[in-house]
Amino acid sequence: MQVALLLDFGSTYTKVVAVDLDAVRLLGTAQAPSTVASDVTVGLRAALAGLAARGVPTRDPALLLGSSSAAGGLRMVALGMVPALTVEAARCAALGAGAKVIKGYGYKLSLAEVAELEALAPDVILLAGGTDGGDSDTILTNARALAATALSAPVVVAGNKSVSAAVVGLLQEAGKDARLTENVLPELNRLNVERAQRLIREIFIERIVEAKGLDRVRRQVADIIMPTPMAVLRATELLADGPPGAGGLGEVMVVDIGGATTDVHTVASGAPTVAGAVLKGLPEPRTKRTVEGDLGLRVNAVSVLETAESAGLLDRFRLGSDRLPAMVERLVRETAMVPETDQDHALDAALAAVACGVATDRHAGRVEEVWTVHGKVFVQYGKDLRALPAVVGTGGIFAYGRHGREVLAAATRGDPLRLKPAQPRLYIDRRYIMYAAGLLAERHPAVAYQVLADNLVEV
Amino acid sequence: MGDGGLGTIDDDMPVVGIRILEYALTQAGFRVVNIGSQSSQWECIEAALETAADAILVSSVYGLGEIDCRGLGDKCREAGLADVVRYVGGNLVVTSQTQEWEEVAARFRARGFDRVYSSATRPHQVIDALRGDLSARGRLRGASCAVN
Repeated sequence: MQVALLLDFGSTYTKVVAVDLDAVRLLGTAQAPSTVASDVTVGLRAALAGLAARGVPTRDPALLLGSSSAAGGLRMVALGMVPALTVEAARCAALGAGAKVIKGYGYKLSLAEVAELEALAPDVILLAGGTDGGDSDTILTNARALAATALSAPVVVAGNKSVSAAVVGLLQEAGKDARLTENVLPELNRLNVERAQRLIREIFIERIVEAKGLDRVRRQVADIIMPTPMAVLRATELLADGPPGAGGLGEVMVVDIGGATTDVHTVASGAPTVAGAVLKGLPEPRTKRTVEGDLGLRVNAVSVLETAESAGLLDRFRLGSDRLPAMVERLVRETAMVPETDQDHALDAALAAVACGVATDRHAGRVEEVWTVHGKVFVQYGKDLRALPAVVGTGGIFAYGRHGREVLAAATRGDPLRLKPAQPRLYIDRRYIMYAAGLLAERHPAVAYQVLADNLVEV
Repeated sequence: MGDGGLGTIDDDMPVVGIRILEYALTQAGFRVVNIGSQSSQWECIEAALETAADAILVSSVYGLGEIDCRGLGDKCREAGLADVVRYVGGNLVVTSQTQEWEEVAARFRARGFDRVYSSATRPHQVIDALRGDLSARGRLRGASCAVN
């Protein structure tokens, strides 16, 4: 039997998924508390021992691959010119590479912004600005500002092609690790993020894994080949399109609800379903990821609960109010807490339903009715997802929670002006294997697709 | 030649007119950034900023250009685009037949437009004027125009 072990080094847990490559089936999953701060291999050994205890052979695997979101994940800063144009394009590129965009800056950096950027100490800086042949002043000025800092983070230069080589030269002369790639917004209506994303991933493998204390894993155990969010994004693409030469589920949305953030991924064209709608704003990529840093089930539980209260969700999950503040405080304090009582489960579900509803509101496009002298016109911003056939929920709440369907159904409700999926089929990742399918897809896409499809549960 | 942006602001939808102008300008060697119809003034200005446009050409056919274009000149100056050549053309006022064209044009010039064209204008008139104006400002290189 050829076994593939797919690992994930998260900030809270180290997870492992075992797949039988010959029989094309899931053998088992296990997790143990992460030990990234001390010796990362301790947590990994504990997770593997958990798997072995269930009778899964973990010695001499045929394939061993890992992803990581430990030590804050891949923290990036996006620089551009106009906030709605190149800053947004840069942000979009970074998110699609699985990064956490800790800040975006538009126009020429002020002295205060340079100081803030230095204090943020990002892992990678994405420097854009100007369409090809367009503005060159902003990116050159910002490059000079970066050159004068003590920052050692690699700089991915993805701006106006007319000056990008000069920008790289300027940074390299100052001793920075600057790397050239294609403009993320070569024309006003054309996003071009793939090359920049590939480069970010290369940098992640080369430099970031080591910087995050995961080099021991690389030397002793496995290749860490991408940030965890990118693995989930790859799994979303695999689910939508299927392995090469075969079909998938079609267009799909994956909602990943975590302790600190809620991520939404779609693989969908987002083309208007209303005839004659006028598309406005920056074009969005078919594979799109958004991250909501204010919608976590643990870290931001207090503010999420307030939204749940005003949305009437506490009644729906029959949550009494007297013990709630204490329960929520405990969630914030003990971020690794796993729900035990019915009340714990109900509270988690109420919070998760808010996170799911609001995060999908923000991810989906919107439409406005405009009356003109020619009659009514629809103006669409972002993706129209109303005809989307499938929505998948992943994260602890779907793996261990009791109200998966109610939580995920929030992806179809909310702001009526938002173009959210209307009547999709709902699936949950009960075995928590999305990331693993994304990793496995790199080498065995057909196996990865089959195992993922077999283990998603329709609710 | 220069860069410029083409487009219509707010409610206006002269999509065909814009395409014709875009074609003519491109043939004449301009790099044209067409920002389409239903654009806001800020979208137009942001497009001009990011693409380093040398000219902004606004077209309007439905007669409310005077309202839609209000403040564009000031916003351009605010955004550091004071030097960008600005033209407007089309059916600019609802009652154009009863108003003296010179009067209409003067009002638009006061709103910050360098040239104002009626709907009877041929593309080559615009192209010739654009060459002249850009060259007078030393910007006749690969100028682009944002056509809105």
